[in-house]
Amino acid sequence: MANQVGAVLTPGPGLRRRRRTDRLMRASATAAAMLAVAILAIMVGSVAVHGASQLSISFLTENPAGGSLVGLAGGGIANAIIGSALLVAVATAMALPMGVLIAIYLTELSTPRTARPVRLALDLLNGLPTIVTGIFVFGLLVASHGQSGIAASFALAVVILPVITRTTQEMLLLVPRDLRDAAHALGISRWRTITSVVLPGALGGILTGVVLALARAAGETAPLLLTSSIFSSHTTLNVFGAAIPNIPIDIFSYSESPFPVEHAKAWGAALVLIVLILVGNLTARALLARQRRRLGVL
Amino acid sequence: MLLCPAMAHAETTATEADLRQIGRSGGGLRRMADRFGDRALLGLTALASLAAVALIALVIDRVVAGSMPSISKFGLGFLWHTTWNPSLSSGVRDSNVFGAGVLVYGTLVTSAIALLIAVPLGIAIGVYLSMLSSGRLAAVIGPLVELLASVPSVIIGLWGIVVLAPFLHSTIEPALHSALGWTAIFGEPGTTGLGIFNAGVVLSIMVLPIIAAITRDLFLNVPRELKEGALALGATRWEMIRTVVLHSTRSGIIAATILGLARALGEAIAVTQTIGAGTAIKASLFANGDTLGSRIAEQFIGAVSKLQVSSLFYCALILLVMELMANIGAQLIAGRYARLQGAVR
Repeated sequence: MANQVGAVLTPGPGLRRRRRTDRLMRASATAAAMLAVAILAIMVGSVAVHGASQLSISFLTENPAGGSLVGLAGGGIANAIIGSALLVAVATAMALPMGVLIAIYLTELSTPRTARPVRLALDLLNGLPTIVTGIFVFGLLVASHGQSGIAASFALAVVILPVITRTTQEMLLLVPRDLRDAAHALGISRWRTITSVVLPGALGGILTGVVLALARAAGETAPLLLTSSIFSSHTTLNVFGAAIPNIPIDIFSYSESPFPVEHAKAWGAALVLIVLILVGNLTARALLARQRRRLGVL
Repeated sequence: MLLCPAMAHAETTATEADLRQIGRSGGGLRRMADRFGDRALLGLTALASLAAVALIALVIDRVVAGSMPSISKFGLGFLWHTTWNPSLSSGVRDSNVFGAGVLVYGTLVTSAIALLIAVPLGIAIGVYLSMLSSGRLAAVIGPLVELLASVPSVIIGLWGIVVLAPFLHSTIEPALHSALGWTAIFGEPGTTGLGIFNAGVVLSIMVLPIIAAITRDLFLNVPRELKEGALALGATRWEMIRTVVLHSTRSGIIAATILGLARALGEAIAVTQTIGAGTAIKASLFANGDTLGSRIAEQFIGAVSKLQVSSLFYCALILLVMELMANIGAQLIAGRYARLQGAVR
């Protein structure tokens, strides 16, 4: 490496050219960053502009109009909003305890040898294409019992388990080593140390993980397509029964529809979803900043 | 068996045991509770961890089991045969015959387009965020780039249909065709702007934040002494970046690219919305096509035969194998950087 640096630095007549290249490359990098921000702005802007005309009180509080008929104007997505909230809540209830327990195991109790297969499994789960998660749950539950809310929630739980585990792990690692050592020095047993010192210290961070997971699960479409996508114009609360209507599937099927009226509904639903997700992400960010300040990490 | 090493670990040092002895003037009851609590917590957390390992094994098991009928019927030839005909009527040639050749091609080409766009842009953003922007500006732009990763794929797909497709159709595709039309890959623009090219662009938007976030962290971890050494020797900022930063993080950049590739290969929803559900391999990128993931999303619910369902499971199995290879490949190339894969998702 030293050689290369030396070669570049040989003084020569090309200094002006080198400066020009430097300015050009720096400007390109800056332009790339601005482009990414512009894409985000255009996308959120499109959703806001197209969705705003659709948004009304009745869109948020009414069920879809016309029963199983398609292409009708009017009606709303109330059943999908309730359905999404239900599916995401059940999924989080399944994944949260698992994720926290795994994180405690990995950061506090495991040895390098026992941790390796668990880490590998989490990496693979994290990289699993969500359509494959959907196929998996279809083969496991839907093929034999039909579409249901519980199958959909289980699929979402598989998707968010690595998210919750990772944020919890990061937060447990932020709890200062000194606190654990002090507890040990006082003769406090390991489980009391974890439940009364480590976990309370990391609570805010775990909450961040939960909010991030909620935002992630709310927008997932592929797992729901195979587990909870049968159209219904009613509100369904029984997770063990039939498919539960939800926002992502509404957006997907409305966007694939040939009727302009339904494209408009897709934008309306997209606006509702993106607001929920952005609020979730910003909340998580605020929580994280507070947590880090509290633990004295920059 | 899994519990033994961890338990041994818990009781390693003599001083620890001594300290416990001193602390436990409270008597036997508390001691018993502590011993029970320690074991219960270890057992419970180890059980949850074991469940995660079992879960990924179950995923592989279920997907393989579901694709068995198709595997035994079509074998490995499924990967390159291009007939996909769900029709059951006996009068039709090749009825109920399935091959994923078109889908494998579509998956690879859309992912390649996504990487060609997203890797250079993502690295440039990583460079900007880690070294060129002032702290305050980076503190605003960095989170915005990460926020791009949180936009759900179904919304990016909707945007791809309604906003991006007309723009590509009216502006980008004619321009590319008139400039590079002599190569077959930039053929006549299609009728709608939906197709392989649109799907590739949409995928690049999803891959971009992943590459940007991982490379930013990579570049921030390059030792300050190296960077400042290059500057002190008279290198310009760009020369410092090229010779020191990019050079020393090569393996990490490759790992980031593989993780971006894994994301692009497996995306189903946004691709289904924008690729136009084609059934043949066409030379032009502006033509419609299909990928493994998008074919599953389109046909699974309406599948007419058990063999079609099984063939869709087979497609999922191919995706699963691709993902396993990408993940393990990334870990082998840059072991410690692979842990950064979660930086965004």
